[in-house]
Amino acid sequence: MSTVTLTIDGKQVEVAAGTSVLEAARLAGIKIPTLCFLKDLNEVGACRVCLVEVQGARALQASCVIPAANGMAVRTNTPAVRRARRLNLELIMSNHPRECLTCPRSTNCELQQLASELGISELRFAGDLPPYEPDHSSLSLARDPRKCILCRRCVSVCEKVQQVHAISPQERGFNTVVAPAFCEPLGDVACINCGQCVLVCPTAAIHEKDQTAEVWAALSDPGKHVVVQTAPAVRVSIGEIFGQEPGSVVTGQLVAALRRLGFDKVFDTDFTADLTIIEEGSELLQRIKEGGRLPLITSCSPGWIKFIEHFYPEMLAHLSTCKSPQQMFGALAKTYYAEKAGLDPADIFVVSIMPCTAKKYEAQREEMRDSGYQDVDVVLTTRELGKMLKEAGIEFSALEEEEYDSPLGISTGAGVIFGATGGVMEAALRTAYELVTGEALPSLDLHDVRGLEGVKEASVDIKGTVLKVAVTNGLGNARKILDKVRNGEEYHFIEIMCCPGGCIGGGGQPIPTTTEIRAKRAAGAYRADQAMVLRKSHENPAVQELYKEFLGQPLGHKSHELLHTHYVPRSKF
Amino acid sequence: MELYRSHVLVCAGAGCISSACKAVQSTLVDEIEKNGLADEIKVVETGCMGPCDLGPVVMVFPDGVFYQKLTPGDATEIVTEHLLKGNVVERLLHTPAGSQEKVKGINQMEFFKRQTRIALRNSGIINPESVEEYIARDGYRAMGRVLSQMTPEQVVDAIKESGLRGRGGAGFPTGLKWEFTAKAPGSPKYVVCNADEGDPGAFMDRSILEGDPHSVLEAMAICGYAIGANSGYIYVRAEYPLAVERLEIALQKAREYGLLGDNIFGAGFSFDIEIRVGAGAFVCGEETALLASIEGQRGEPRPKPPFPAQEGLWGKPTVINNVETLACIAPIILNGAPWFAAIGTEKSKGTKVFALAGKINNTGLVEVPMGTPLREIIYDIGGGIPDGKQFKAVQTGGPSGGCIPADYLDTPVDYESLNKLGAIMGSGGMIIVDEDTCMVDLAKFFLEFVQEESCGKCSPCRIGTKRMLEIMERITAGHGKEGDIELLEELSQGIKNSALCGLGQTAPNPVLSTLQYFRSEYEAHVYDKKCPAGACQALLTYYIDAKACNGCGLCRKICPSGAVAGEKKKPHIIDMEICIKCGTCKQKCKFNAIITI
Repeated sequence: MSTVTLTIDGKQVEVAAGTSVLEAARLAGIKIPTLCFLKDLNEVGACRVCLVEVQGARALQASCVIPAANGMAVRTNTPAVRRARRLNLELIMSNHPRECLTCPRSTNCELQQLASELGISELRFAGDLPPYEPDHSSLSLARDPRKCILCRRCVSVCEKVQQVHAISPQERGFNTVVAPAFCEPLGDVACINCGQCVLVCPTAAIHEKDQTAEVWAALSDPGKHVVVQTAPAVRVSIGEIFGQEPGSVVTGQLVAALRRLGFDKVFDTDFTADLTIIEEGSELLQRIKEGGRLPLITSCSPGWIKFIEHFYPEMLAHLSTCKSPQQMFGALAKTYYAEKAGLDPADIFVVSIMPCTAKKYEAQREEMRDSGYQDVDVVLTTRELGKMLKEAGIEFSALEEEEYDSPLGISTGAGVIFGATGGVMEAALRTAYELVTGEALPSLDLHDVRGLEGVKEASVDIKGTVLKVAVTNGLGNARKILDKVRNGEEYHFIEIMCCPGGCIGGGGQPIPTTTEIRAKRAAGAYRADQAMVLRKSHENPAVQELYKEFLGQPLGHKSHELLHTHYVPRSKF
Repeated sequence: MELYRSHVLVCAGAGCISSACKAVQSTLVDEIEKNGLADEIKVVETGCMGPCDLGPVVMVFPDGVFYQKLTPGDATEIVTEHLLKGNVVERLLHTPAGSQEKVKGINQMEFFKRQTRIALRNSGIINPESVEEYIARDGYRAMGRVLSQMTPEQVVDAIKESGLRGRGGAGFPTGLKWEFTAKAPGSPKYVVCNADEGDPGAFMDRSILEGDPHSVLEAMAICGYAIGANSGYIYVRAEYPLAVERLEIALQKAREYGLLGDNIFGAGFSFDIEIRVGAGAFVCGEETALLASIEGQRGEPRPKPPFPAQEGLWGKPTVINNVETLACIAPIILNGAPWFAAIGTEKSKGTKVFALAGKINNTGLVEVPMGTPLREIIYDIGGGIPDGKQFKAVQTGGPSGGCIPADYLDTPVDYESLNKLGAIMGSGGMIIVDEDTCMVDLAKFFLEFVQEESCGKCSPCRIGTKRMLEIMERITAGHGKEGDIELLEELSQGIKNSALCGLGQTAPNPVLSTLQYFRSEYEAHVYDKKCPAGACQALLTYYIDAKACNGCGLCRKICPSGAVAGEKKKPHIIDMEICIKCGTCKQKCKFNAIITI
């Protein structure tokens, strides 16, 4: 690989050709402030905060987009550079509401942080603000264009990573606004609610729809029996909100904290993850045996579901009819559990703690009322739960570990890894192999399907039957696989997770969520799996009991009624 | 070929069309027919001749007589008197500013005499819809020579040697641009003509497209041959429907004649051109924004490098040249690079077209050698300032340009000299202002334009120009605060230093240059709450000169706020507490008794 040598602040630096001056400076240990920059994703030079002086250039240069060149002399800390950075930041601040005290991103806001770092102590510019109001039309996400600094990270992630193109800059000049085309409400367009935009937003211009008040109300309602389920990916991320290392496995504290908040029962979505494996695994074997539509594609991820409904509606028959674990849980909580606990389902209030914003939308879909009620009442993101815990004054990290309640809290390691890309596949193969062969997999750790790469393919030999499988995360990657399927490439089973890295990188997770943090959370999930006694879904005793007492057979009548669903073709616009 | 004893050229540039030249033209045709002259006299509809405020204008050849401001009735008289009897119609001739004498022909008019028309060589002379007329004026000969006698390298060298620089604003050497693109790895390559002329008051590109579209097509093909491209795009704004129409006709004719398409002249070179119509965003004149727009993306600039020569349209090496630049190509090939390089100054070769507008007698389009002094352009060609007013400044280079005061009237107009004065060549707009113009107000006008046309991508341009405009608005409204001038300076420098594209970086220029030369006017607005030019309404105070007022009472009657009081036949007075400064009284007073300070 060819390299170039330049000097930055008098220091000679050798970097690979094509490296930006910003990266070169970072490699040399020189920090240049940035705001719009997002490595590999949003390198547009829009905010003009990362300016540097390049000898011989007419104006200051945005270091994030200017490539390092041989003999280039860069200075990052001159009076002109400092003046221009400050001025541009002051201008951005002059166009931003001063609502820090009441802002959901207060203390976790990149603009606030940068203003502090650059020592902005006075607001010298004031004037008109762009004429836009918050948009609450989406069931998952709330847009607040007043707080948008037009860094375009959300646009980039939506276009390049998810390839959904739900939002883009509209209007121009001072009235530029990031919004759906023609400034339509977000709830009316082909947004898949994944919330990746939320994770990259430096301010609170887009965030999840806050539903904590509804949960507080239910908790304080003596007539309600409030049960909570926690998604697999939450236990490896919520610790971050309380200062713990990304990937710390805090399952026991999470359970304890939820009890402190006042939930009547603390259950685990991992339970229905195990159940999903039984149902979906059976569906796969049935389709293979009976010549059903292959490949079978997973259906756990509601962002993915809405994506295929909008963009590949002709491929809906490939989807597993299984509801997501969240929705299986909701349906069972208001039927099986209600019966078992002798409760009127009308009094049961089901709360989900999810790493996901799309789950809010999923819970409110018409199809998700098979118990006779809305199966899941409220979905909170990991971040919203963090807020509630802080408000309640719960010292999360100091809590003694506690166990989930029975029976919907019993799970296996297979359920835990649902939270990471490849996890559903791995869990399914652990069970399918055994169901078909009657023998345990030689090794339970299927490294071929682990890791953060966008598209992974593997072949699994089940005693002579070779299963061709693929795993993708991020919907841009999903498109690649779907297009291959459309062009006749043959697979048996495909796992698709909407968010990069899977649910551990979901749109409801703590901010920041970066590639490095995703990798640490995934590692946490696999550690948690290893630590479990039971690591195969079909070995879950509570699931076995559920079939015995209530469901009968996998894919049986009751399963179809409560655990399976159908999908709706939607338009692209 | 039919021969005529006389040709009557009717200017059908957009300016003349809007002053109803079509009616004049049809009367001419009808009357010629009626008088049995149809076999002897041909009426030719041409592109812009230049002297736009004199329209509709007509030239009669071979006599070279120039008629101005014609009505259909005048057209009848021209036919019956001049064309039939040979008597020039004196009353329709032009009287130069400051003179009492009418002049008969274009050869006697300073406006035409002092021009050197290269880019405009055919404008106003040929019928732009006739490829034959273009060919008759040496059209497509340059392409023939290039394809049959020159290698691509020789073409690039010729353009380099000519010293031609981009006429769209920045003045980058055209030959170098071609060379970079020719040498850049990647294929296919593209030739793009930037016809997104957006500077208020500038219309040279439109005039060339309307008056001589083939000159652009020929040049694009030559460029394609030089750089190894087989297709080109003309990006033209939708506000130029006539240019689009004439381009479409020209393209169709050129294809019919084998001047575009496959294997042109059997030389093994193929080239074709498509038109892309822009929706009118000023920023799409910026080359990277223009490329994005052609690609169907939102028209906004991206950082450079990579330059379009390396990664242009769809990531491929691309030459982007402005219309006027391209219009110079064929003459350079035909007359040789040394011929072109001999015109102009050391670093600015050839000619430049300027659009004269504002407080000047001859508004319109003129082409002069680079290095012509401002004074010659404004006074000798432009006929000076109307109504005996004083010249105050000339604003060059469009909204991103600067204002040059009277002290510098002897500056030769070329890229370097203008830059040195804080102005720019830009696309060649020249707006002349007189003593009645407030320079703060003028700067505000241009700032308003760039602020509205900002694409919104980078923060200094998007927010900075808005904050500047807000300051300018309060200064001209009499609410200027101490420190405002310094804040304007800081913002101007900051935006200039840090905006993403050329448009943003030059956006503060009108403010910077007026601050440089007319700072005292800003100070008067901010500190004294006065507008020295008397232009900012909010800063005016109205008085009635008791000596001049005869008490007619008209002002009292028409004052909408009842601020005027007085008895009949006695001097009136204005109560400034009530006065809303609308200016109606001053306009209506027959005795010039109302004075503003």
